[in-house]
Amino acid sequence: MQKKILRLVVGVGTIAALCSCGDTSNVSGINTDGTNEGDVLNIRCWNDEFQGRFRSYYPDYMETDSDGNDILRDGTKVVWTITANEDNAYQNALDVALKANETADADDKVDMFLMEADYALKYADSDYSLDVKNDLGLTDYDLSQQYQYTKDIVTDSNGALKGVSWQACPGLFAYRRDIAKEVLGTDDPDEVQQHLSNWDDFNDVAAQMKDKGYYMLSGYDDAYRAYSNNISNPLVNDNDEIVIDPMIEEWIDTTKYYSDMGYNHGTTLWDTTWSADQGPNGKVFGFFYSTWGINFTLEGNSLADPTAAKELGNGLYGQYAVTEGPASFYWGGSWLAGAKGTDNPYLVKKIMQTMTCSRTVAKHLTLDTLDYTNNKAAMEEIAEDDTYGSEFLGGQNHIALFAKSADKIDMSNISPYDQGINEGIQTSFADYFAGSVTKEQAWDNFYTNIAEVYPNLQRIED
Amino acid sequence: MDKRMKINKRKKKMSYAKWGYILLIPFFVVFIIFQFIPLMQTFYYSFYEYYSIGLSEIGPNFVGFSNYVKIFQGSILKYAGNTLILWILCIIPQMTISLLLAVWFTDIRLHLRATGFFKTVIYMPNLVMASAFGMLFQMLFASNGPIVDLLMDWGWIEETFNINQSVWGTRGVIALMNFLMWFGNTTILLMAGVMGIDNSVYEAATIDGSGPFKTFFHITMPLLMPIFIYVVITSLIGGVQLFDVAQIFTSGSGAVNNSSKTLMMYLYKLIGTSKNYGEAGAVSVVLFVLTAFLSFLVFAFTHRNPNKLSRKQRRLVKEYQLKGGEKDA
Repeated sequence: MQKKILRLVVGVGTIAALCSCGDTSNVSGINTDGTNEGDVLNIRCWNDEFQGRFRSYYPDYMETDSDGNDILRDGTKVVWTITANEDNAYQNALDVALKANETADADDKVDMFLMEADYALKYADSDYSLDVKNDLGLTDYDLSQQYQYTKDIVTDSNGALKGVSWQACPGLFAYRRDIAKEVLGTDDPDEVQQHLSNWDDFNDVAAQMKDKGYYMLSGYDDAYRAYSNNISNPLVNDNDEIVIDPMIEEWIDTTKYYSDMGYNHGTTLWDTTWSADQGPNGKVFGFFYSTWGINFTLEGNSLADPTAAKELGNGLYGQYAVTEGPASFYWGGSWLAGAKGTDNPYLVKKIMQTMTCSRTVAKHLTLDTLDYTNNKAAMEEIAEDDTYGSEFLGGQNHIALFAKSADKIDMSNISPYDQGINEGIQTSFADYFAGSVTKEQAWDNFYTNIAEVYPNLQRIED
Repeated sequence: MDKRMKINKRKKKMSYAKWGYILLIPFFVVFIIFQFIPLMQTFYYSFYEYYSIGLSEIGPNFVGFSNYVKIFQGSILKYAGNTLILWILCIIPQMTISLLLAVWFTDIRLHLRATGFFKTVIYMPNLVMASAFGMLFQMLFASNGPIVDLLMDWGWIEETFNINQSVWGTRGVIALMNFLMWFGNTTILLMAGVMGIDNSVYEAATIDGSGPFKTFFHITMPLLMPIFIYVVITSLIGGVQLFDVAQIFTSGSGAVNNSSKTLMMYLYKLIGTSKNYGEAGAVSVVLFVLTAFLSFLVFAFTHRNPNKLSRKQRRLVKEYQLKGGEKDA
């Protein structure tokens, strides 16, 4: 009997001791001097873009083990949780994890997460993201080379900076050189730009394309951001009413015109036909893309054989070029944020510093991947380099072109509801463009849709 | 000696009953924790305004019936209509073909060979996950996919065709998917029903000169009625909850003009971005009432008194009795 009691007491005591060992959460203030860091860094994102960047450019990255986790030089394990964006799955999972972060086990705490431009404000304005300067320790000098708009978009209502990005995402119009030569007589970007410098000229070229049997654009939504980024007021006003800007109306009317005249191919962004239109079997003149789109999407889609080397001769590699297009716009971008309750604040700061503030990393990233990085000095260096040209774009120095428009980006008209409203308009009006519903029905469907996604928003009755 | 035997006997009787209840406890515990309590919470929250804007929660604030008013002023009737149409489009071919196959597979005179093989094969689509099935068909019917290519080769259509823009195209394909998934199951159930009919009835019918159609409509169908009604109503209960096939095939959009958006897709949308537990609760309650009503129908039908005569039968009996018990010549 006494032996039994002894065993019980020892057992309970051991368990209690082990339990208290696991708790390393920091209740008072965040310790960023590198001591007491957790063993596991949990990063949440929706695709493998940042994962690829991290593995290629973070100096402490050693290898990836068989479970897909990365091992760093000091033994820390980086666990990637990738949840796709479809059906809002990524944000739903992230929200649950963030709310539970204070009480989660040290190894399960979310340490860093990524957010897209469309919903960055939702997290920046909340208490769940960390102030990169006051909480994590990034300095003004670190952040000095970043483009202002990338900082504005994640600055919360108290003026604190809540995220950093390695990208700046000005948008350009990517066109096919072979089609340009055939229809416009030239494939030189400056000369093509003469034909596309405003919407009227752009529409004229669309008619010319149609005559020669080509489509000007692929999908209904391709040109959306070129219009929606140039609105004069936020989409939702202070009374929670949805304000439809005249630019949006213009997009609707122009796209309907294009659809009726057959200037576009009637596809939807990201669907299989849209992707195929960028490849050798496509007959589409051009695509509105921002920086990440060119290297992350267009390059892959342009190849005839995706498994072969990316070089001239493989599909349309080398056959695309970029030009400013009829309107300046930005598109997306991913920001890194530190999660409140993280047990690896020093590592989070180091990753942010390396990936978003370092001129060397930025320069290498751009040279290798064609992505436009968030470092003015590095980008201007490459822009002025006469010998730099992208092989994928037929030797064009697209960084020079982006550098011109990057500073013009104005993010002052964003609202936390942009993502749902943008998607809602595109989905509801796809039916109108295809001719299946009237404009009134499309508006009704849009507002029904919005009521399901954002129940607090009101429709302005006219 | 006797006393001990008696006590043992009494103990044995009691312990059987006790074990019966004990074995039922796990089910009830799980049911109460994972189904009953959440159900009560859903009912409760349907009377509250409770949703999220971004990461901040609004509510729960008591608003009475305003959630119900809101959803009925919205499009819930349209979505209910869509769900019903999709179900009807599926159930008619499904029942027809299942009945046909059930009769053929069990017909002794027809003596089909390898029925075992066929039964396995027609049941197989039911084993595939509905989402995987939906994705497969989405790729098949994509505007640059094989079906469109085939139709263009045959010259049936001239340019590429987006199935999501066609109201009846999308509905037809969704109904087809449901049909393929469930007709195997229905066939096997109906076969079990047909095999339960006594063969002597068929023999008597053949002797009396009844042909195949007459046999089917006057003998098989009436005797199969209980199982048939059961299958129809359980299929209706499943149909009301149609979700994964429609969601995956239309990528959540409900196709053109929300014409293929079902009640469950609507519910899913409500708890998506805005985690609108208030309105979603109201929709759930509506679904619950609908499903409960249908379940009640099944219960009432299968538990009715078989000895109770129908009105026609009672009239005939009365006539017979009035005539003094003599049969018509």
